[in-house]
Amino acid sequence: MRFIFKTDYAQDINLAKHGGHVFWYSALVALLLAAPWLLAEYSLAQLNLVLIYAIAGLGLMLLAGFTGQFSLGHAAFLGVGAYTQAYLTGIGMPFLLSLGFSGLLSALIGIVVGLPALRLKGIYLGMATLSFGFIIEEVFARWESVTGGNAGKSVAGITMFGYEVGSGEGFYYVCLAITVACTLGILNLLRSPTGRAFVAIRDSEISAQSMGIHLAYYKTLSFSISAALAGFAGALYAHNLRFISPDQFNLLQSIDLLLMIVIGGLGSVHGVFLGAIFLIILPQGISAVKGFLPEFIGQAPGLKSVIYGAMLIAFVLFEPMGLYGRWLKVRTYLQMFPFYRKGMFKRQKSFQKSDRLK
Amino acid sequence: MLFLQLVISGIAQGCIYGLIALGFVLIYKATETVSFAQGELMMLGAFGGLVCMTMMGFPYWLAIISVLIAMSVFGVLLERIVIRPILGQPAFSIVMLTIGIGYVARGLITMIPGIGTDTNALPVPYKDEILKFGGNEMGIGALVLNVEHLVIIGATGILCVLLFALFRYSKLGVAMQAASQNQLAAYYMGIPVKRLNGIAWGLAAAVAAIAGILLAPITFVHANMGFIGLKAFPAAVVGGFGSLPGAIVGGLVIGMVESLAGFYLPDGFKDTAPYVVVLIMLMVKPNGLFGEKLRKKV
Repeated sequence: MRFIFKTDYAQDINLAKHGGHVFWYSALVALLLAAPWLLAEYSLAQLNLVLIYAIAGLGLMLLAGFTGQFSLGHAAFLGVGAYTQAYLTGIGMPFLLSLGFSGLLSALIGIVVGLPALRLKGIYLGMATLSFGFIIEEVFARWESVTGGNAGKSVAGITMFGYEVGSGEGFYYVCLAITVACTLGILNLLRSPTGRAFVAIRDSEISAQSMGIHLAYYKTLSFSISAALAGFAGALYAHNLRFISPDQFNLLQSIDLLLMIVIGGLGSVHGVFLGAIFLIILPQGISAVKGFLPEFIGQAPGLKSVIYGAMLIAFVLFEPMGLYGRWLKVRTYLQMFPFYRKGMFKRQKSFQKSDRLK
Repeated sequence: MLFLQLVISGIAQGCIYGLIALGFVLIYKATETVSFAQGELMMLGAFGGLVCMTMMGFPYWLAIISVLIAMSVFGVLLERIVIRPILGQPAFSIVMLTIGIGYVARGLITMIPGIGTDTNALPVPYKDEILKFGGNEMGIGALVLNVEHLVIIGATGILCVLLFALFRYSKLGVAMQAASQNQLAAYYMGIPVKRLNGIAWGLAAAVAAIAGILLAPITFVHANMGFIGLKAFPAAVVGGFGSLPGAIVGGLVIGMVESLAGFYLPDGFKDTAPYVVVLIMLMVKPNGLFGEKLRKKV
């Protein structure tokens, strides 16, 4: 067991709490930097997708996991980012600049969507974001001069400072750099007063308000940061796939994003990455076991959705803290080896809290 | 004439939305959870009808009754097995759970050999019959009504009356009203709230099954027909999420808006019009047409 003896207030908000953190995260960064030499081309492409989904997931986690506002239309922000990037690089704007614009435009739209959030709670907010997602998807399909409509739009590769980044290692490093920047940004945000305000809003709007937190400002801010991150992810997504069409940003994609953060573990930054890995690996796993199943199950088009659904149900029922929660339990078990008690993480019995009398 | 025809087909479509929305509202009122699996329950109901009528050769009325019973039992079991254990958890977890149920239901249906991946027609007795009113001998300018639409409207009307009677006059209905107004107080009065929650799910599943069987002649029976449930959300929101008549009215509004927008507005508005209506509604009157306005007291 490790006991941290704090001698300074700054230790409370340090990103790395102790030497172990420094060591393991440095090891992780080193491993990620070396990944192009360690992994085959296909695995590297999968890793790219994990990073891209993780960026979008960070945004959604900030919104749903830390501010408590849940969005059923997040794929729309991803789409806004992707199409902005496709359009701007199409007319010859440099990569970094258009990336900035993708995030900015997404953030602006996020503010617009966030406005109803000031009056709406819970399920109504879900409905508003859902409706918004459908409308944006239709806009993508109809605004053919910019988006190419249902036929889709092809996207060029990244060129940065006159150098062709291509699709292999170069693109991986771009993704990695942006992911690391976004993660550090979110971690930093969460330990700042702004992040604390988000968490306060999640836990109780009324008490947050009475502590002097301006609900309207912080909710809109959360929406816009979340949308901006989804916009960055969308921009990279467009470059990664080289081809985008409206049906990549439909409701199912939004639900995938939600599924990712729920399975990863709501309310933890680690959970985003675990969820993203899970989301990318699961289809591979399914196609690996497909051959061993009886014909009518293995070849059914709905196999994937059954497994997704069953996983989601299992996680909500048995492990509401997600993969990260599971890891915490394992870690605690190992740390206190013979003394782990079964009831340690037991969920508290709670009465149903009424949402209605708000 | 054309306008009237559009309105009637809109009303018929709206009745379906209304019936699905009724399921949301029943569950929401009883358990304060939002079920995203309602469209899939409808799909299961339609498939149940299909299996009863084509594979087992039941007559229409018997198929309806057996599907209703089967789906109510299914709804009660669903509540007992997956919903009840997480009662009291944040609403968000339950939403995710019902999304999961929807995924599983949609996927499992495709695994049924033979009918799972196809679009099937339900052999109802009134299929493809039309009525004509007025117009000249050539049939020009006549009001052409689809019997399928009229059946939907009629059945929805009867169902509404039945539900109204249930909630107004039966002991069960009054108990459900009490539980939905204040669960804890109802519990103290000796009302078996948990069992009522189960019954609400059963009722919602049965209503969804009716919607599925009514819709089947128009859209055919296929694994993805549950996505129509997504248009029932706007209906529930427009009506106010906690109001049973609101659900039907909301459904009618959405159905008519969709039908008229599909004809008078350019392409693409048909599918988005309901969502535009919802956004406007949420901006102007977040509690819906019939929703109750309550403030939280600290």
